[in-house]
Formats: sequence, structure tokens, C-alpha cells
Amino acid sequence: MTGAQAVPGALLTGAAGWLFVIFAVLALGMAIAVVVARNPIHSALFLLSSFLLVACIFILQQAEFVGAVQILVYAGGIMVLFLFVIMLVHQRGVRERLTFQHQWDVALLFVLAFLLPFLYVLWTERFPDLPQNLDAFRTVRGKIAGNTQAVAWVLYRDYLLPFEVASVFLLVAMIGAVVLGKRSAEKVD
Amino acid sequence: MTITINHFLVVSFLLFSIGLLGVLVRRNFLTVLMSVELMLNAVNLNLIAFSRRLSDLTGQVFSVFVITIAAGEAAIGLALTISLFRQRRTLNVEDANTMQG
Amino acid sequence: MKVSASDWLLLSPELFLTAAGLLILSISAFFDKAKEEFLAFLTLLFVGVAIGLVAFLSGYGGRGAPIFAGMFIVDNFAIFFKLLMLVSIALTVLASIQFVGRAPYPAGDYYALLLFTGVGMLFMVSGNNLVSIYVALELMALSSYILAGYFKLEIKSTEAALKYFVLGAFSSGVLLYGLSLVYGIAGRMGLPDLAKLFESQAKSNLLLVGILLILAGLLFKIAAVPFHVWTPDVYEGSPTPVTAFFSVGPKLAAYAILARIFYVGFPKFHADWGLIIALVSAATMVFGNVAALLQTNVKRMLAYSSIAHAGYALMGVLGFRTEFGLWGILVYLLAYTFMNFGVFALVVFLETKGYAAESVADFNGLARRNMTAAVVMLVFLLSLAGIPPTAGFIGKYYLFTSAMKAGYAWLAVLAVLMSALSLFYYFRIAAAMFFSEAEGAPLKSSYALTAAVLICAAATVIVGVAPQPFVEMLRACVIKAP
Repeated sequence: MTGAQAVPGALLTGAAGWLFVIFAVLALGMAIAVVVARNPIHSALFLLSSFLLVACIFILQQAEFVGAVQILVYAGGIMVLFLFVIMLVHQRGVRERLTFQHQWDVALLFVLAFLLPFLYVLWTERFPDLPQNLDAFRTVRGKIAGNTQAVAWVLYRDYLLPFEVASVFLLVAMIGAVVLGKRSAEKVD
Repeated sequence: MTITINHFLVVSFLLFSIGLLGVLVRRNFLTVLMSVELMLNAVNLNLIAFSRRLSDLTGQVFSVFVITIAAGEAAIGLALTISLFRQRRTLNVEDANTMQG
Repeated sequence: MKVSASDWLLLSPELFLTAAGLLILSISAFFDKAKEEFLAFLTLLFVGVAIGLVAFLSGYGGRGAPIFAGMFIVDNFAIFFKLLMLVSIALTVLASIQFVGRAPYPAGDYYALLLFTGVGMLFMVSGNNLVSIYVALELMALSSYILAGYFKLEIKSTEAALKYFVLGAFSSGVLLYGLSLVYGIAGRMGLPDLAKLFESQAKSNLLLVGILLILAGLLFKIAAVPFHVWTPDVYEGSPTPVTAFFSVGPKLAAYAILARIFYVGFPKFHADWGLIIALVSAATMVFGNVAALLQTNVKRMLAYSSIAHAGYALMGVLGFRTEFGLWGILVYLLAYTFMNFGVFALVVFLETKGYAAESVADFNGLARRNMTAAVVMLVFLLSLAGIPPTAGFIGKYYLFTSAMKAGYAWLAVLAVLMSALSLFYYFRIAAAMFFSEAEGAPLKSSYALTAAVLICAAATVIVGVAPQPFVEMLRACVIKAP
């Protein structure tokens, strides 16, 4: 990674840069496929590949832990849930007449009209050059440890409170899934 | 190939827009849910790229939170899907429209 | 990060409410025989204790400084909102007892979810860091989606939850994208740190885009035009006590974080966001009032009316760096909470056909069927229209003055005109109640619902007749702009 210092503001150079281009183009292609695919199972699989490609980008960006979490949570958890629901629902034979809503062309124009200026702002924004310190992602108390340890240090020290709130959030998600998904609404008196 | 933060921003923004479009145009509720996940993933891409640029771990921690919340939202969204399907035999967003006014 | 005993004390209402939610959940899971009234009573008791804890903190000297590594702050502003939100939860419980009792759904989960929504709201208003505010916001939002769809055998309830969910997830995606941009420019998430950093930084277009996206995400939660489309459907489809709650509780939390994020975090850009908020406010009050005029379903009419009120309330955020500051919106929200909840509580009272949509005709001859209900409803309607001597008048007076002082005289004039317009549709309900023939037998209300309605009515009248002590107290609750 010595090349990173050569060009100011460069996050990736050389082969890593080309890898990013490949991953990014593929991830965007998969994302488009998610939106246009007719069959929800295909959409789910495209989504999975898009997530995996984005996880690869995370790992290129010194975020090994987040990349791993992305793979574990999305591939291991969310995707299984999606596929399970699709199976559950498709046994009964649901046919879709149309893939898109009637006003899809209006929505496309709307999105383009609003987003192109934003894209312009993003592309032309000039960021000040900052000194790059890759060790910051794996340093704990002045010693080089691992990325996981460094993330844990910040998460459990500075962000302890949101972490606890997130635990209540997950509990509520669990209760909600049970309440809404349970077949019969029996009442005990 | 030299990649700067602007490249990342453009990629993440395109990913976000694709998700946005998916939420707006798809009829199938499951695909709408997947599009929301795409939007959140674009946010994560942003956070990780900024975190790298700033040499600061906050972005990585925030993206762990975002992944957590995306998982919870997906669970509730899927439970609602099942609930809708039991009543209506459909996953179509436009069919779920008995209220007018 | 060091956590002292005083920090835990400041966190006690939130901790207590979380524990209470878990306890309600366990009781309803392990004791099948637990009566629903008992669970409701227990919930009320817990909310009462939480109110007591917050009230205790209002006199506690250790408040005011950020704790837990800058994540959490208990200032007067947060305490005011916490009290008001807890009261709105208590009122919701009172309004729910009979409604949920009649329906074939377990009540324990319902009350537990209500408490967890409360936990999210309390954490939101005390959030001093964008990460902690965001996570708390999601906790509140997720619990609300479930509450909207709680009557899952009713297609309308499921639809309401679906719409709320899709648009809510969408808006939090937009909000989150804005947060990520702000993080990228600033490199930190604490609100005071952000303000300090921006003072010395050159203006950046990307940052403005980020702030704009955050504003859009929050305006969605407030249901301001053009992010209001979900409101009528969600309000009509949700179980009515939940609708009453949605029109008050989550909105309070959203106003609070809107004010806190923009006053504490982005004071440098107040010229930009001030103008946008003024325009949104104008569009919202015009649209809400005109759309409400065209409605025949009462729940939808009141949904549009609360959109219009969101437009008025946004005026209260404009008084940045004037002597009024947030004073106007605080006074207004105090009035709004009681009058708007009261009006929805009366819709719960009239909901005789189970889960029907209520037309204005259902109010026909209410005066002959139940005089008290009709008179109380009249008080709420007058207050919503802003007629003295009700709380609504006081609230609007402070709002309009605050907009004038901030240099938005045109907005104040528009708001007065729109309030006059709103008289027409409020009067339609009043006329139906007093001048139409009665259909059906005299109505009797449950004690709990009566209590909720009377508390709201009493508050509406007391704040309207003797506003001075309340208004003076709220003066100490504003956030000082740096």
C-alpha cells in the first residue's frame, strides 16, 4: 500500500483500484437485476451476489470486520429469511400479471430529474487531502491488534448506549415477527 | 487505476438510486423490501469509504448498526408480507388499496 | 468512558420503561390467566412511575451535561418532551383498554410494544449524537409499524402497516444517506462537535445535500408536504387508539429531534434550512386544510387536519436566534398533544361498528345521545381551530408571534387565513352533533376512555384559561442557539 501516499486523496491504486472497478460494476449490475427480475427468487439471488460484491469492497477498504458481518448477516440471515418466505408464498401459486407499477415511467423521470443534480454535486465535490493512517483501523491503545478488536473497542466504549438501544430494537423485531406472523390470533381469557 | 472518494460516492449513489427506483416502481412487495436493502447497503458503502478516507473507525461502527437495523426491518417486512398474503393471496402493493380518498 | 452513579440516575426513566416492557411481556407469556385489564393497569402504573422519575430529574442538579461519551443529554428541553410523551402513552393505554379488550388479539404484546415505542421516543429526545438518535428513531419506528398492523385480521390494519413500513423504511434510508454524507464531511457524529467543526470549515455543497436529505427524512416522520402521502391511509387503517397515539407521540419525538439536530448541530446553515422549513410549512398548512375540507370520513379528515397542524408547528422552529427561539413550538405542542389526542379518543368512543370507517354522519345528534361527549368534542374542535379561550388559541398565538419575530410575517398571515378556513370542516362535525336528528340509543363510555377524554379536555381548558404558569415554565425549556 505504499502507492496510496503517492497520489493525494487516493484510496486505492493499481491492481486494488481495478479490483474495485470490477466489484463496483458487477454490484451495480446485480442491483439493476434485482429491480428488473420477474421472479422474486432470482431477485433474491441477485441481491445476495450484490451484497457479497459490496462485502469485497468493504474488505478492500480496511473494513474486514464489517465485510464479515455483511456476509454473515445478509447471506446467513436475511437471505434465508427471504427465500423461506418466497417458498412459503409460492407453493400456493401466485402469478404476477405485471412486474412494474403503472406509473413506472413517471417514477423513472422523477428519480432522474432529482438525482442527476445530486450526482453532479457528488462528482465535483473537492475534498481536502487528509493524511492517511491505515493503522488507525487496527490499533487498540497504541498497539497494533486486529480490525475486529479495534471496532469492538469503539463500539463498546463510545457507542455503548446505541448498542443497548439496538438490542431493544432486535427484541421488538422478534416480538413483532411473532405477533404478525403467528397464524391464529388466539385470545386467552 | 486510482480510486478517490468521488468514485466511491458515485458508485454508492447509483446503488442508492437503483434501490430508490425499485421501491417506487416494483409491484411485488418482496422486491420492494429487497430494494430497501439495496438503499441501506449504499449507505454502508458511503460510511466505509468515508471511514477509510478519514482514518476513523466511527464509520465502520455506524455501518454495523445499519446492518443490524436492516436485519430487523427485513424481519418485520417479511412478517407483514405473510400477513398480507394470508388475507389477500397476493403480494402486490397496488392490490393492497381498499382505502380511498 | 466513565459511567458514574449520577449517569445511571439520569438514564433511569428509560431503563425503567424497558424493564417494565419486558415484565409485561413475561407476565402475559407465563400467566395465561392474567386479565387484560390487569395488564393495562400495570402498564399505566409503570408509565406513572416513569413520569415520576422524569419529574424527579427535572429538579436534579446533575442534568444538562452530555453523558455516556456524549450520546445522551438530559436538559429541560428533553424533560419537557419526555413528560409529554409519557402522558400521551398513558392516555393511549386508557383509550385502548376497551378497544383492545373487545378484539381477538393478545393485549400483553400490545402494551409491551407501546412501552418499547416509548423507550425509543425517550432515547430520541435525549440523543446528542446522530448515531444514538438514529438507532432510537428506528426503535420507535419499528414498534409503530407493528402497532399499526396489530389488528392483523383486519385488511385495513395490515394495509396501514404495509404502507407505513414501506414509506418509513424508504424515508429512513434517505435520512441515513444524509447522515452518511454529514459524517463524510465532518468525520464525527456528536451534535455539538459538528457545530464547532462547521464554524471553521468552508461551505460544502455535499454537506448541504446531506443536511437536505436529513431534513427530508425528518419531515416524513412529521408528515409534512410533500412527504405526507402515507398519513391518511395509515391513520384510517390503524386501530383507532393507535391512530390517536401516532398523531401525537411519534410526532412529538420527531419535532424534538428536528429542533435539536438543526439548532445544536447545524446552526451555521440556518439561513438555508430556515427558508426550506418556511416553504414546507406554508405548503403543508395549505394542503392539509384544503384536503380536510373535501373529506367525509372523520378519521381521514382528522388525518388531514393533523397534517395542517404539522404545518403550523413547523413555524415554531423558525425562531432561530430570536428572543422566542423554540418557545412557540413548545407551547403549541403542549396544547396540540391534548386537543388532538382528545379528538381521536372521541372517535374511539363512537366506533360502534367494530372496525368501521367513521363518516361525519356518525356524529349526527351526538348531543342527544351523550351530551358530555358532544360538549367535550366541541371544546376540542374549537381548540383545534384556535378559538379563545382554549389551549389551541394560546399555542397558535405563540407560534404566529414567533414566526413574526423571525421575519416570516407572510407565513403568519397565511396561517391565520388557513385557520379561518379550517373552521368550515370543524364546524361541519359540530353542526352534525348539535343540529341533526339522533340515530341510535344513548351512548355510554367505559370509565377508562372517559378518564382519557376528560383529562384531555381539562388540560385543553386549563391551558387555555390560565396559560401563564405553563408558558413561563416552558420558557426555561428552550434550547439556546449558540
